[in-house]
Amino acid sequence: MNTAFITDWIDEITRLVAAEREHLTALDAAIGDADHGANLDRGFAAVRTALSARPPGTPGDALVLLGGTLIRKVGGASGPLFGTFFRQAGKTLGDSPEVSPAELAAALADGLAAVRALGSAEEGDKTMVDALTPAVRALEQAVQDGAGRRKAFDAAARAAEEGARATVPLRARKGRASYLGERSMGHLDPGALSSALIMRALHISASGSR
Amino acid sequence: MSAASGPMVGIVLVSHSAGLAEAAAAMAAQICGGEVTVAAAGGDEDGGLGTSADRIAAAIEKADRGGGVVLIPDLGSSVLTARLMEERGSVVVADAPFVEGAVAAAATAGGGGALADVLAAAEEARGFRKL
Repeated sequence: MNTAFITDWIDEITRLVAAEREHLTALDAAIGDADHGANLDRGFAAVRTALSARPPGTPGDALVLLGGTLIRKVGGASGPLFGTFFRQAGKTLGDSPEVSPAELAAALADGLAAVRALGSAEEGDKTMVDALTPAVRALEQAVQDGAGRRKAFDAAARAAEEGARATVPLRARKGRASYLGERSMGHLDPGALSSALIMRALHISASGSR
Repeated sequence: MSAASGPMVGIVLVSHSAGLAEAAAAMAAQICGGEVTVAAAGGDEDGGLGTSADRIAAAIEKADRGGGVVLIPDLGSSVLTARLMEERGSVVVADAPFVEGAVAAAATAGGGGALADVLAAAEEARGFRKL
């Protein structure tokens, strides 16, 4: 996969986030401060501007630019967290012009480790980690089993979606929702849903004819 | 406390609210005699509730007199974004209550404390009893 593949992925995330903006905000209104959809939408719009202002030279470069822009532009906790995810993944990819699904899986695993270190969240805390962790695990497994990239990315997206759904009954232990205690139970975590959108976008960009 | 020889440590207050950061910074600086630079980095880049990495970076630059900078965040994205700005040995984040930490850090910085002393003073403010 080359730089164009990664920028297609970013475009697809941007489209999904824009389409789900109100849904993400409604979820955040239930257990947070009702800005997740708007924050991410603004962040990805800024990413689009940054990408056209300085077209990235490599897949790693594209992810570092994506991460850095989200850190600077999102304004909520998802900025530093998703920003760290993509920036670390980009750093791991280094300056290769072409990356394999296995290399992308390893890079996303590094990104996830950086997110967990920054936010100190574990699985079960009702955060994006609950979607990203099974997604990365499924992706690594699929790649190891020799699955093609489309199938591997679909497995990752399914695992993320399942992980996001599984946040509903959980009591939040990290993030704004943790201030709500038991009242955070019964709601889907918005950061877990946006994580699932990110993984689904990867599958869509591998399935398209582009 | 280390010898008061080097340049003074600066302090940056990172809050979701621009008003909260500015008022707390003004209060901490005034209580401590106004010698210390306590810079405010509040709100998102449009001035609404949130966090701006660019505002934090600008405040660090303003507060940095060569002795290092202690960042005191309020909560959530302030903490996460502040942690991304850390530079080993020169920019550090204090795990401290916002107002009490700011005052304790400013007092220690004003007394010539080194970066580690100012950080410790902010974090020890967690144990302050009011009653």
